[in-house]
Amino acid sequence: MIKNISNLGDAAVYCDFGSEVNEIINTNVIDYFNHLSKLVKEKKITGITNLTPSYNKLIVSFDLTVTNYKNIKELIEHLIITENIKKNNKKIKIPVCCEEEYGLDFKRLVKKLNLNKDEILKLYFNKEYFCYMTGFIAGMPFLGDLNENIRCDRLETPRVKVPKGSVGITEQFTDIYTFESPGGWNIIGNTPKKIFDNKNLNQPALINPGDRVYFYQITKEEYLNWNE
Amino acid sequence: MNNSYFEILRPGINTTIQDKGRNHLYHVGIAVSGAIDQRNYKLSNSLVENQLDEAVIEFAYQGPLLKLKNGKINFAITGDILFKIIRKDLNIEDGECYKNYILEDGDQIDIISTKNSAYGYLSVEGGFELQKIWNSYSINTKANIGPNNGKKYSLNDKIYIKNSNLKKIIKRKINYNQFTDNIIRIIKGTNFDYFPKKAKEKFLNEKFLVTNLADRMGIRLKGPKIENNVSTNIKSEGLVRGVIQVPADGNPIIMLSDHGTIGGYPKIANVISADLDVVGQLTPGTKVDFKEVSLEEAQNIFKAYTEDTNRFLNECN
Repeated sequence: MIKNISNLGDAAVYCDFGSEVNEIINTNVIDYFNHLSKLVKEKKITGITNLTPSYNKLIVSFDLTVTNYKNIKELIEHLIITENIKKNNKKIKIPVCCEEEYGLDFKRLVKKLNLNKDEILKLYFNKEYFCYMTGFIAGMPFLGDLNENIRCDRLETPRVKVPKGSVGITEQFTDIYTFESPGGWNIIGNTPKKIFDNKNLNQPALINPGDRVYFYQITKEEYLNWNE
Repeated sequence: MNNSYFEILRPGINTTIQDKGRNHLYHVGIAVSGAIDQRNYKLSNSLVENQLDEAVIEFAYQGPLLKLKNGKINFAITGDILFKIIRKDLNIEDGECYKNYILEDGDQIDIISTKNSAYGYLSVEGGFELQKIWNSYSINTKANIGPNNGKKYSLNDKIYIKNSNLKKIIKRKINYNQFTDNIIRIIKGTNFDYFPKKAKEKFLNEKFLVTNLADRMGIRLKGPKIENNVSTNIKSEGLVRGVIQVPADGNPIIMLSDHGTIGGYPKIANVISADLDVVGQLTPGTKVDFKEVSLEEAQNIFKAYTEDTNRFLNECN
């Protein structure tokens, strides 16, 4: 449930679902997101320009020439989230190569976690992850939760350039860099799979909030011969 | 005469196609993009009788040198721009902003630089021969979306112009003046109370310098350190244009059109919508002040901003 609604500037509504990060709260955020998206698509409401779900917040941006904070806030307050919104959550398998040139931060992780590389990989791979949100850069999924024994802080000094396809971990989360980008997550491998496709106009992001992701390990040879 | 185009003889620092922006994609991580200065974007279109949401060329600091091939066009430039028109016979004319010009086959436009601003706009009657992606012509260089494969223009690229039957071209002009006092009006941010009284006072009473780290993604400021006594990180959440985040180093960052869609630094404030054009045009070395207004005031100021824009647009008709 939304705990508090406030304004984010003069052209967005900030819906606060609490401070915890878990699947239940996030699923509630996504339900609101889906419901509002449907209303926008069917043109049942006007003025909304963007919806940004995250772990436990939903930001609703609007066009100030068409509507205002009060109208959108009231609309959200009166929203009844029904069960009939179709959920299209997918299960997606992602190949990852963790060999030396792709797993950039094993030295740091081994030291910080007190585990060897194989132990880290075993805890990382045999698990299904939940997609909490997509963003920061186009198509980047934020997934969780990592096994408690492989949770680690961000790098002290973020990289200026994290290679495209990098798979990173920090705290309880794992992500995939869909473009070369600055970033501070611990890089454990790289995927050859296309996670963001700007030619796919209907569904540019492969992994969307609510989806389940299962990573599996591939060799360098398989990585280099990857063909989509 | 088919296929008029601009040949790029010098690309300039950051020359792209922009329009009103691209909505409904924040949730996949795609920012709105669009012209940084929406008012000047619209004015450039109105000067050549275009629909106000037609695509234009946006340039930053040093602009492009463009040569017209195969045609005759009606164009205008808006912003605070130094530019020249080099005629085919090598006659050079000083260009004036907020005024339309005829360009003949083989003529060149040399956009030398912006003056006291960062961005300028070049419109052509009829617009450019481009495809909309997700309902927008804007080039998003971060996600490689839009015309030119989502990249800024380089040397020898061509920008095709839509065939338009130039009827009798009417001279148009806007007496544009934009008073800027470098006071940025803000509304308290969602994490305003992460900052102790002293930090809030510094934020609202002291001056901040626009650093060199300013682009279409955002502007980093430098000033007195804004200390935070709750947490220098929040759980990552959505951002919008105009959000002011304060990372651990205490220096505010203002988000602009190409910002990352999600961020994890506390939000001290939001620039009001009416001031976003002016903020986007700030150049490194400028000192700014922040002034707090209420939501209601911000809405009224936005109404006045829209009326002002319409007044300039009407002047053109």
